[in-house]
Amino acid sequence: MGIVTPGFTGRRRSDVNLPPGQYLTEDFPVLSAGPTPRIPLDAWEFVIVTETGQKHTWSWPQLMAMPSEDVTVDIHCVTKWSKLGTRWRGVPVSAFFDEVETAADFAMAVSYGGYTTNVPLDDLLDGQAWVAYKFDDDDLAPEHGGPARLVVPHLYFWKSAKWVRGLRMMLEDEPGFWETAGYHDYGDPWREQRYQGD
Amino acid sequence: MTFADTTFTDGNALAGPLRELFALEMTSADGRCATCGRTGPVADLRVYGHENGPGLVARCPGCEEIVLRLVVTPERVWLDLRGLVSLAVIR
Amino acid sequence: MSRLAWRVAYLREVRDETPSARTLVLDVPGWPGHLPGQHVDVRLTAPDGYSAQRSYSIASAADGDAVELTVQRVPDGEVSSYLAGAYAVGDPVELRGPVGGWFVWRSGDPAPVLLVAGGSGVVPLMSMVRARAAAGSRMPFRLVYSARTPDDVMYAEELKRRALSDRGLDVSYVYTRRAPDGHGRPAGRLTAVDLAEWGWPPEFEPAVFVCGPTGFVEAAADLLVDAGHDPRRIKTERFGPTGG
Repeated sequence: MGIVTPGFTGRRRSDVNLPPGQYLTEDFPVLSAGPTPRIPLDAWEFVIVTETGQKHTWSWPQLMAMPSEDVTVDIHCVTKWSKLGTRWRGVPVSAFFDEVETAADFAMAVSYGGYTTNVPLDDLLDGQAWVAYKFDDDDLAPEHGGPARLVVPHLYFWKSAKWVRGLRMMLEDEPGFWETAGYHDYGDPWREQRYQGD
Repeated sequence: MTFADTTFTDGNALAGPLRELFALEMTSADGRCATCGRTGPVADLRVYGHENGPGLVARCPGCEEIVLRLVVTPERVWLDLRGLVSLAVIR
Repeated sequence: MSRLAWRVAYLREVRDETPSARTLVLDVPGWPGHLPGQHVDVRLTAPDGYSAQRSYSIASAADGDAVELTVQRVPDGEVSSYLAGAYAVGDPVELRGPVGGWFVWRSGDPAPVLLVAGGSGVVPLMSMVRARAAAGSRMPFRLVYSARTPDDVMYAEELKRRALSDRGLDVSYVYTRRAPDGHGRPAGRLTAVDLAEWGWPPEFEPAVFVCGPTGFVEAAADLLVDAGHDPRRIKTERFGPTGG
């Protein structure tokens, strides 16, 4: 730890029950790895590709026709900020898998712009993940991953792929964008699994 | 799909982290992009994620593809140079 | 060269530059000196271990253990609001540097120099102006400084003085929101005409340094290239979207 800077507290509080090493924020920081993609809705699609190469595709109108949920969740970023009570509207990922046959245990979430992140299939089902298109009653803004992003709140928020365009099912786990650059393959904030080897 | 952005900084922001890793000054090094072949100083790369990202992502100002990535964890510095064909560093 | 380590610096003195920016005069024991244009990384750590890091350009010419940084308060900026606010004389701060070898002017460089500053981008360029004077250089320097209003001009008195007393230095101002009465140029963004009038012509093959928020640098560099300046002679330093 560096020397303490007298009088510096930063912009967050740590007086609530958060995962280890996290700090509460009221902002919603935008973290980027590249330029913000702008995807017209008439070109947008969500594609699940199974381990056998079978493709299942949903267009934006099809996404809108699927059952959606309004959820309020806490999110935890590996850069140490946590934001409590965030509100989203989205389609549970389980709803897509009603139509998909797969023996795979893992998925690579793939985004417009090239971002990827790996998540076990079990962590995407059973009310744990959504393809979200509204934040706080507004359409999801491009800088926050709009038109649609993955939201997987029980894992560090880098797993909640912005600008999600689909899932590639994998029989074996494979590291995605940040996982190949030092970040943990699973990423449980409550066990503080930030980095490879944690 | 189109991109529109000025949220990046440039390779000058890599000076500190790279100076922790390398004995020579790296921002004036010439790098060749593995995607488009453009050659230019590391200082001219478009750098995303400075100040608040999980890591630094440096992209080619010509083709926007990733040239290098740098992540600093408590125990290691991770450096991904796949996007570079070569780096010519001034001695 | 040895490993670059974090050092502890102490605040010796503070100078207000504008209502939202102040210069920190730091005492850095063992400072190895620096070249004009280089920067430092500053790290702040709260008592609970939370830490934040930002880069700041060095504003001063090399001068023993003294290093000056000019910090612009950025809206919602947790580091800048501390450094330009609560940070008090005598208090420590951690910094790493000097770093940066590209965006640097050396007094032996043989070309005339064009400095184009957008807002707080004037900071590293001021280091070059000061180093030029300290070296007794007569190399022709032109600074084109874009600021929102006269109240946002950093180093205002010093630049006025140097424009008169530093031989071969010209300083001109482009105001984007409000120009002073009698300025002769209405408020508005930097244009090709401004650079043609207040900068060096491309035939002089100047060394060009452009610094400021990313949007400003992209626009100014495009104007310079369109005017015929060799892109390889234009060095840029982007401060990110907010320019803080």
